[in-house]
Amino acid sequence: MSARAESRRGVMRRTVYLSLAAVAALGAGARGARAADADLVARGEYLERAADCEVCHTRPGGTPFAGGRAFVLPGIGTIYSPNITPDRETGIGTYSDAQFVSAVQRGVAPGWKHLYPVMPYPSYARMTVDDVRAIRAYLDTLRPVHAPAPANEVRFPYSFRPVMIAWNLINLPSAALADDPGQSADWNRGRYLVEAAGHCAECHSPRNIMQATSRAHSYAGTVTDGWRAYNISPDPDSGIGAWSDTQLAAYLSSGHAEGHGTAAGPMADVVSHSLRYLTARDIAAMVTYLRTLPARRSDETVANITPDALATGANSSNGSRLFAGACAGCHLTNGQGRQVEVADLWGARSLGETQGPNLTKLMVEGSRLDTAQGAMIMPAFGPEYRDQDLADIANYAIGHFSHRIGHVTARDVATERGDAPPS
Amino acid sequence: MMPVTMLSRRGALAGAGGLLLAAVLPHRAARGAMRIVEDQAGPFAPNAFVRIATDGTVTLILPNVEMGQGIYTGEAMLIAEELAVGLDQIQIEAAPPGDPYITKELGTQATGGSTSTIATWTGLRQAGAAARTLLIQAAAARWSVAPETCQAGAGTVRHMDSGRSLTYGEVAADAAQLSVPANPVPLRDPATFHLIGKSQHRLDSPAKVAGTATFGIDVQVPGMLVGTVAACPVLGGTLKHVDADAARKVPGVRDVLTIGNAVCVVGDHFWAARKGLGALSITWDEGVNAAVTTATIYRQLHDALEGPAIVAHTKGDARAVVAGATTRVEATYQQPLLAHAPMEPINCTVQVTPQRCDIWVGSQVPLRARDAAAEITGLAKDQVHVHNQYIGGGFGRRLEHEYVIQAVQFARQVSYPLKIVWTREEDLTLDRFRPAYVDRLVGGLDRHGNLVGIEHRIVGPAVVARWAPEALLPNGMDDDLLVATAETPYAIPATRLEYARREAPGVVTAWWRGVGGTRGVFVVESFIDELAAQAGADPVAFRRKMTGDNPRARAVLDLAAEKANWGTPLPPHVGRGVALQYVFGSYLATVMEVEVSETGGVRVRRAIVAVDCGRVVNPDQVVSQIEGGLIFGLSAALYNEVTLSGGRVQEDNFHSYRILRMNESPMIDVHLIDSTEDPGGIGETGTAAAAAALANAMAAASGRRYRTLPLTGRQA
Amino acid sequence: MLTLQVNGVAHQVDVPDDMPLLWVLRDVLGMPGTKFGCGIAECGACTVHVDGKPVRSCSLPASLVAGRPVTTIEGLAGDMVGESVQQAWMDIDVVQCGYCQTGQIMSAVALLKSNPHPTDDDIDQAMSGNICRCGTYRRIRAAIRNAAGVA
Repeated sequence: MSARAESRRGVMRRTVYLSLAAVAALGAGARGARAADADLVARGEYLERAADCEVCHTRPGGTPFAGGRAFVLPGIGTIYSPNITPDRETGIGTYSDAQFVSAVQRGVAPGWKHLYPVMPYPSYARMTVDDVRAIRAYLDTLRPVHAPAPANEVRFPYSFRPVMIAWNLINLPSAALADDPGQSADWNRGRYLVEAAGHCAECHSPRNIMQATSRAHSYAGTVTDGWRAYNISPDPDSGIGAWSDTQLAAYLSSGHAEGHGTAAGPMADVVSHSLRYLTARDIAAMVTYLRTLPARRSDETVANITPDALATGANSSNGSRLFAGACAGCHLTNGQGRQVEVADLWGARSLGETQGPNLTKLMVEGSRLDTAQGAMIMPAFGPEYRDQDLADIANYAIGHFSHRIGHVTARDVATERGDAPPS
Repeated sequence: MMPVTMLSRRGALAGAGGLLLAAVLPHRAARGAMRIVEDQAGPFAPNAFVRIATDGTVTLILPNVEMGQGIYTGEAMLIAEELAVGLDQIQIEAAPPGDPYITKELGTQATGGSTSTIATWTGLRQAGAAARTLLIQAAAARWSVAPETCQAGAGTVRHMDSGRSLTYGEVAADAAQLSVPANPVPLRDPATFHLIGKSQHRLDSPAKVAGTATFGIDVQVPGMLVGTVAACPVLGGTLKHVDADAARKVPGVRDVLTIGNAVCVVGDHFWAARKGLGALSITWDEGVNAAVTTATIYRQLHDALEGPAIVAHTKGDARAVVAGATTRVEATYQQPLLAHAPMEPINCTVQVTPQRCDIWVGSQVPLRARDAAAEITGLAKDQVHVHNQYIGGGFGRRLEHEYVIQAVQFARQVSYPLKIVWTREEDLTLDRFRPAYVDRLVGGLDRHGNLVGIEHRIVGPAVVARWAPEALLPNGMDDDLLVATAETPYAIPATRLEYARREAPGVVTAWWRGVGGTRGVFVVESFIDELAAQAGADPVAFRRKMTGDNPRARAVLDLAAEKANWGTPLPPHVGRGVALQYVFGSYLATVMEVEVSETGGVRVRRAIVAVDCGRVVNPDQVVSQIEGGLIFGLSAALYNEVTLSGGRVQEDNFHSYRILRMNESPMIDVHLIDSTEDPGGIGETGTAAAAAALANAMAAASGRRYRTLPLTGRQA
Repeated sequence: MLTLQVNGVAHQVDVPDDMPLLWVLRDVLGMPGTKFGCGIAECGACTVHVDGKPVRSCSLPASLVAGRPVTTIEGLAGDMVGESVQQAWMDIDVVQCGYCQTGQIMSAVALLKSNPHPTDDDIDQAMSGNICRCGTYRRIRAAIRNAAGVA
């Protein structure tokens, strides 16, 4: 992992504030008046972080919030996120507040255009309307970007958007979450962040036959976007029951917890763009709430190995040799991380999975986690490493760090690289 | 700060004005063979290579640049042998641009093609001998004795009869008044060499292990700022638009500069520049190469296996001989584009003022760098001063000077000295690449399994046509492609070599360690192995039979086979492969022992190399070059392939351009054969040997042939 | 403002939080013995010691090492293990271009300090994160063995 240049986003933020100041200085026009409500905008920005709009509404390498990111839904098609900058032609510049709220919470955009639940509006439906409006106020301060979204490529029957009316009737919550008076304020705040704004279940809960998040198996973990989103229920073997509060809070706010490794892939995105901006108090509230979820047992269990249990001495396998050359520069041969703590591998759940789905994906795609010290990068291995080489590295790492027998095959790697169909 | 360049005196002076010194020296030395007396106590400088000050300081000005090959030590040995000074009594300087330092084999002042020792073997010894003769004359005159009664040694002239002695420093001023001998003075009998032929420690080791050696990237100039560059990732593309607002707001960023195809962000330090570069929003006009892929390049090469070609070399009527042979063997080989990937990323420091241009850079072609800078700045050539620095790995990359041109184009826009450092990503993707080639060979065996003829067609670019157009042969042949193909260690009755030139779109192709030897040895030695297999012959015996009139080739082959225990049993999945070569004027036989696992994993266990490179200057450095050259060649042969997609090079750091690591590197045993032949080149021979010996060993281990490089990796 | 302890000397530097130690050493403190190779901890050319452990300074934000002892190649003078490693390097002329060698030496010194008598496998494990493009690996291994007195 490496520290890299400050993200474009950071720079952009400052631009936003500058333009905000300029607008405020002008002090004229309806939009100016609205934007000038700095408190509202600041709250909106914080909520936008909590709801993590940016990741999905930004094409890789594209302008933040200008949309265009592709979501491939197996069996359904490819859906592109729309531009949510205030551009009047291609963005949300002409939306009324009511239209914005309808899109975010009911999945119905202007013109009775039904959105697909790739957009987590069933979760956002549980936010308060005031909070959604605050987000709108913040988005209005962004520089308008002219960026039409590519047309979705969706198969029948899903291409028939009114199908979504029926879907919504069954799956869409009817109202915002009301505070549970029997619980603490922290718990209620945590629930709001987890269930509504943070929409954690959208990735961490399996989906039922209708592609709605399962209530019966909530937070038991599932595969989303090709990555395994882990079980985050309080089950001690399969979930986060054995994590301390400190570890959970550290993982959420920085993407890393000692003894539990580092977030990668989509979770790294969530930390980079969303969770690391939340206040310590909000993070603590999320921890409080997560502790009270029903425990769900799932297939994968966490390997509880400590550095003390590490087999010493070199091992002459191909995986061991490759690890010493290509991985130890950051991770060290004992996995404890060399330069930065996010390179500490101990207890990473990806290393406890004997089929290594996330590990394989991580080596093929790489990962990026933004931190206060810059971006930390796990590079993607190029084709000069054979499929078998990556499988050997994965199996070595699983064995070495989790004392389990890895079953990653060259074919798994080829599949991940798009060179072979799934076995 | 430890502002140290390559030598002690410079180092000591640098703190107080070493740069000034560096700026003055080229001017002096550029006057070449003229005697220079700066003041009464001024130095003795009888030629462009030797300077002795009255304080006794002996400075050797070395024509070739040090990039790891040990040439500073080797060339210093050549001069010191005749000058009669110890290596501990000298200091060395990199030659400035200047005619006396031109390598005639390369047509310019250049370090490359394993030519340095070959080119300087006589001239540098003569330079030392001429200086010694004058010093002895001066001392003899002081004593009023005959020069013949005096001897020089260890920087001192002695009168043998009286035992009187004078140091070189003491007679330097007198010697400076004497006329340089018109004719070369006789050189020492090699039997009396003190230094040459005996391993000497590298002169650059102490500074390099202490971290005080100054590479180009380490140069510090007062007032200097640091820039880093993004050039259009598609060759031939141009800069359409750059939004630098965000970059300019990055703390520490001072400037954003543009030229036709690149943007440079300048900062107080590299990190500011790097962050600024990341904050740019650049739009390129990608131009005509925007759709080039590696497949495009390979397709063009394979297509040219048929159709017209230059007949570059013939012996006998190979077509008829092969057509009439008992057995015909045909094979097509493919080799990829390769990057140089030296450890020191491309960098160049430039200061342009109305009066002069100073360039601090590690260059294999300083004269070209100077001339290009003069053209860009409009300054006269003698107003451009190139201060050559240690190079952190050249391998042919620094035979290019486009990065110097780029740096001058940026630096002329500003008033401060500008150090440009490329990121590794820029260094790899904007490299100039070893070309991809396709070769087809057809060979004929008679009924006894003897090779009777080979027809060989090479398809690929002619690097020389760009790099030194005047050197392209009249028939359009790039003579680099004759290396190891037209010139082999074998007596083959009939051969025909054809060349179909195909320039690769989307990349600039360039020299790379081993040049023609690396590409040629792989195809020819792989093919010889295939012929041997077809003939049912042992690969060593098959080769040996064909070295009838070439005792040097046979000797290295026999020695390597013996040291490798050729023919003895090996464990399962392990094989031995051999390659025999005559390139750069040196003979090598290489035996490699390789394990190929059932899943295709390759582990190189041992390499045994026998070498006859003629007379050896510094034996341990010959061994070192063979060891390193082999490892360099193994990285490429096993793993490396530069690929393009959408006109952009895809390999951008070491996770995608894989370098052999210590735990993958084999044991290497190098055996030198005593020889009194003139020296051959050595820096690239190990690299040339690697792929063929490896592929032949893999074939022996696995039972299948390997005709496409790289040999492993996903594309293989 | 950060305080860095480099080779026993405290330096006050005013640099961004995410600025890697490598660039502080090279471009701010003027200590160019530590080299830039890849920028992402893949080659080892930038290896220095922090708290005695070998780290890749190109990927280590300087803000994380404030107050912790940093040793660079320039700080090996007077260090017994450091000097014996440097001497072993010179005795068998390990270096070629030399660019990676300061990083190699820093990795080797750290190895010998934690494991005074490493096996060849130990050496391979500790050193394989350091790339040498000139291919001096065989000699590096031999020099480490010599420095360890176990040749």
